[in-house]
Amino acid sequence: MSKEIVIMIIGMAVVTYIPRMLPFVMFRGKELPPFLQGVLKNVPYATLGALIFPAILFIQEDIWYGIIGAAAAFIVAFLGANVIVVVIGSIAVLSVYSYFL
Amino acid sequence: MESTLAVKQATDFKKGVQSGISIAIGYMPIALTFGLIAKTTGLALGETVMMSMLVFAGAAQYISLSLLAQGIGIFEIILTTFIVNIRHFLMSASLNEKAEEDSIGARMGYSFGITDETFSVAATREGTVNAGYMFGLNLTAYSSWVFFSGLGFLIGAGLPQTLQESMSVALYAMFVGLLVPSMKSNVKVVYLAALAAAFNSIFTMGELMSTGWSIVLATLLSAILVETVETFKTGRRTEADE
Repeated sequence: MSKEIVIMIIGMAVVTYIPRMLPFVMFRGKELPPFLQGVLKNVPYATLGALIFPAILFIQEDIWYGIIGAAAAFIVAFLGANVIVVVIGSIAVLSVYSYFL
Repeated sequence: MESTLAVKQATDFKKGVQSGISIAIGYMPIALTFGLIAKTTGLALGETVMMSMLVFAGAAQYISLSLLAQGIGIFEIILTTFIVNIRHFLMSASLNEKAEEDSIGARMGYSFGITDETFSVAATREGTVNAGYMFGLNLTAYSSWVFFSGLGFLIGAGLPQTLQESMSVALYAMFVGLLVPSMKSNVKVVYLAALAAAFNSIFTMGELMSTGWSIVLATLLSAILVETVETFKTGRRTEADE
């Protein structure tokens, strides 16, 4: 292993771990102001929106790939399926799509 | 008393493992590809696995490879990693709101495994989360990430191309699967997700900032805007009631 790469990996590990860990230690057992609590409770759904879009459109060069994958996932999820079924269902739909392409 | 606590932690751990399975499936193609690209970038097997074990952050790891390939220095790579991963601060702060008061040591342990995916699964779960659940969830995701990074390095392009391509949707499908049930029961979730998606599209497609900052800013703006509107509305309602 190259020494430079190992130093880089350790540096990356440290700067990745600190933001993950700090809130769990800093805010443990602390009551934050109600407005801030409300914002933090909104974060998961806002994050999901930002994580899905627009990135899902660009998973392959063919933009239809992302559109069909997203549509399949939305429909299967809307019908009330479990997350794993949504994942496997979208993979299956896209496999069929790329097979006929 | 002690043994019932141990039993509860064990059951929660199992529940965490079960919730982690969709992440483990989703990580498979990404980790395999990471291993393959790491090899073509010139990393050794040990370095590849070590990065997945210690950093455990997909996007940052991919970016580091492309920066290495361009001959960028390690200080810039570490700085970029920090910027790309700063969003985890927001996620941990949010998840902390529904985390039970486990010991500092336990919290420092499981916080290592906070990723976009483990956070999304834990944060959309009903009720609270505790150390048992978080360790089960994160370990499942982590094992898949590390194992398939190494395997990707070794077997690389062994998987059929069409399967690799269709599996690239897996994590996004999981995000959709986590989001939609909450959207159906709460219209506020629709606004939150749609606003953040719109902001993120403007920021990234308008090339106003890097993806790392864009996700943080889009999330914060959406969460604050929706909360402000809600506070304002409920405030007015209370006044009207008086």
